[in-house]
Amino acid sequence: MPVPILKQGEILIASMQSNLNDQDLMQLKDEIAAKIGRFKSRGVVLDVSILDVLDSFATRTLRSIAETARLRGAETVIVGIQPDVAIAMVQLGLTLDGILTALDFEEGLDLLLASIEGSRQGGR
Amino acid sequence: MDADETHVRIDRDGDIIAARQKARELAAHVGFSGSDLTIIATAISEVARNIVVYASHGEIVLSAVQRGSQRGVLVVARDDGPGIPDIEQAMRDGFSTGKSLGLGLPGAKRLMDEFEIASEIGKGTTITMRKWTR
Repeated sequence: MPVPILKQGEILIASMQSNLNDQDLMQLKDEIAAKIGRFKSRGVVLDVSILDVLDSFATRTLRSIAETARLRGAETVIVGIQPDVAIAMVQLGLTLDGILTALDFEEGLDLLLASIEGSRQGGR
Repeated sequence: MDADETHVRIDRDGDIIAARQKARELAAHVGFSGSDLTIIATAISEVARNIVVYASHGEIVLSAVQRGSQRGVLVVARDDGPGIPDIEQAMRDGFSTGKSLGLGLPGAKRLMDEFEIASEIGKGTTITMRKWTR
């Protein structure tokens, strides 16, 4: 099932659905890269709260989505990593270094808006 | 064939999700809970991914096991793919010839209590993993 991407102001919001296959993830990356250009988006929220496993492939894909978005001028925040998923990721050796994360959607949006505002004021 | 074994065919990436779900069900039945269910499902995901990427076809066999008073799950991931030429290298963090982070097999080993790998060039690879309830 493809991941729906919503636009809210300068932010794109993608909420993962359960049981994403590889093709859905690849398509999500392509669509986010395209939509950042079309909507001149400055930020992307990736909501993974429904996912009960983040394995090395999924983590690599999330990282590449965030990197792709950054090259297109948008910051990404990954929100909603479940506690058990976080524990398993650490034990496996997976990290999301350099990518913003937040507990839930609301916190993620705040973080993203603050980061965009900061860079607009000549921060970076 | 043991009646308590669950066989999951692995032919494409969608099958990885099926294997994870079956493993979660079995592990919950055995008595695992919380983060252990996710840890087992994640380890299955890594070895199943390994089959899809390197061997194309294989299967995962799940069963409940007992050792004294301890209960556990036994996971056997089997494929008839090209085999792994250098197992030591494949088990090293960051080594990958496919499209991954190279954390799959060493990662799965860290997640489980026991991990054995046997591979023969041209014949295939069998990974055997166990996790015990605490």
